Amino acid sequence: MTLFNKSAKELQSLIHKKELSAAELTAESFRRIGAVDGDVKAFLALDEERASARAKELDNTPMEDRGPLHGLPIGVKDNIVTEGLETTCASRMLGGFDPIYNATAATKLDQAGLVTVGKLNMDEFAMGGSTENSFYKKTANPWNLDYVPGGSSGGSAAAVAAGEVPFSLGSDTGGSIRQPAAYCGVVGMKPTYGRVSRYGLVAFASSLDQIGPVTRTVEDNAFLLSAVSGHDPYDSTSFGVDVPDFASALTGDVKGLKIGIASEYLGEGVGDASKNAVREAARVLESLGAEVSEVSLPNTKYALPAYYLLSSSEASSNLARFDGIRYGFRADDVRTLEDLYKKTRSEGFGDEVKTRIMLGTFALSSGFYDAYYKKAQKVRTLVQGDFMNAFEDYDVIIGPTTPTPAFKLGTQVDDPLTMYANDILTIPVNLAGVPAISVPCGFTEGLPLGLQIIGRHFDESTVYRVAHAFEQATDHHKVMPEIREVQA
Amino acid sequence: MADITKDQVKHVANLARLAITDEEADYYADKLGAIIEFAEQLNEVDTEGVAPTTHPVPLINVLREDKPVPGLDRDLMMKNVPEHEDGMVKVPSILD
Repeated sequence: MTLFNKSAKELQSLIHKKELSAAELTAESFRRIGAVDGDVKAFLALDEERASARAKELDNTPMEDRGPLHGLPIGVKDNIVTEGLETTCASRMLGGFDPIYNATAATKLDQAGLVTVGKLNMDEFAMGGSTENSFYKKTANPWNLDYVPGGSSGGSAAAVAAGEVPFSLGSDTGGSIRQPAAYCGVVGMKPTYGRVSRYGLVAFASSLDQIGPVTRTVEDNAFLLSAVSGHDPYDSTSFGVDVPDFASALTGDVKGLKIGIASEYLGEGVGDASKNAVREAARVLESLGAEVSEVSLPNTKYALPAYYLLSSSEASSNLARFDGIRYGFRADDVRTLEDLYKKTRSEGFGDEVKTRIMLGTFALSSGFYDAYYKKAQKVRTLVQGDFMNAFEDYDVIIGPTTPTPAFKLGTQVDDPLTMYANDILTIPVNLAGVPAISVPCGFTEGLPLGLQIIGRHFDESTVYRVAHAFEQATDHHKVMPEIREVQA
Repeated sequence: MADITKDQVKHVANLARLAITDEEADYYADKLGAIIEFAEQLNEVDTEGVAPTTHPVPLINVLREDKPVPGLDRDLMMKNVPEHEDGMVKVPSILD
């Protein structure tokens, strides 16, 4: 059993009635991690001593000064730097890296009174869709331990699904929050590009990366996004718009809303289970009074190849900083500076990271730049245009989050193009910079499926409103996986 | 399969400061070749007159007041440096 089948509101109400304290909740998180993480393997590092001390301190805050997340434990993806808590990006390259400052998102967690209990596993430098590219461990899907949790925020989704923490932060460059959220049956939001500061998020592809919340319920997700959003002087791409109280958008009312089902998202390469679950979700939304019809996003199939060229190009530049000089891994037995760079990078990076660095370097290199990089940037404009056109007639667009449910560990890791195809329905959203959420919408063969809801730039409120109305009309979010607890 | 030769792979690896063996060059020529071939379907798309996107949301000239603020402490910044001496970062010989 875990206490974290309850929502933030339910936990707060227990705290207000003095039936529970922040200290007890944090202790419960570590107890549950001790009991199930040997199987789930979601956490890379734990911060028990500091977290316990902080939770005790938070119990002294007067009740009237507490926000909706005050005193609750949270896990953080390991590419978000946390002062004094090892941050590795699941890479050998950053083994032992001890950050000297907090990411802005981490600072905002502190300000909201959340207690960071530890760091969550991921694909190395967020490159991958199964968390199998972690240098340290392979996280399992809590619904079936033989299956992947998705990725790259696989630890963030698995830890919430397994009830180790009520919430976590992930990051999403091409689907890395939504895809694992779908695979693990939890709620994952990729906010509008610029909604959450990227300061202290170890950069993968800077024009695509966004931090976002992973939670059990839509309401908790809305609370957490409000807590971490906002303009940050340390990130000039964070947008200077007001941060709404997203939870106030959860009216349950979707009457008259215009919802488009993306035809291409029910097309080639998408499995029947995903299609059927989304068609059923459309019927639910219709029964609530929304107007649902099909809409075309004609450039969808070109988003995936464009994404791999763009994200890898940006990565090849961003990851140039890992050179063995100022932080992280440093190779031994080198004679010159050039040797040091090469040996450090060759030994410190894993295969997928090297592949993408070389792909990006190739796409940016003289003679190939126009044909690959610039071409992909133009296709990106067309993909974005598809959404802008659709949003003239529709309030949100829906489709499956992923073409299939989670796959078995070890079955795709040697086949990059098959692995990349799991993200065909999430990648267009990052290219366009718009917000999108994945909410549980059913099961197939015991594994969860996700409904993706996509909104206009900076209109997370409508996305949340639709997600919440759907969630409240269905029971998918009430089921938790059964995981055997072992005595630590 | 798109043509990326073993020599091109070695060239790209050198640009990215990655040391790769002969065997690895073969491996990455295959792997990168398949991905590049996949990416070449972008040639089907007519992008005549389409402007490239560099940034997903419109943001122009983000400025702030030019006001000095304290930086990080130098000793603290040395915390993760593998080798340093007298407050300076140490590197191996730059010239062969």
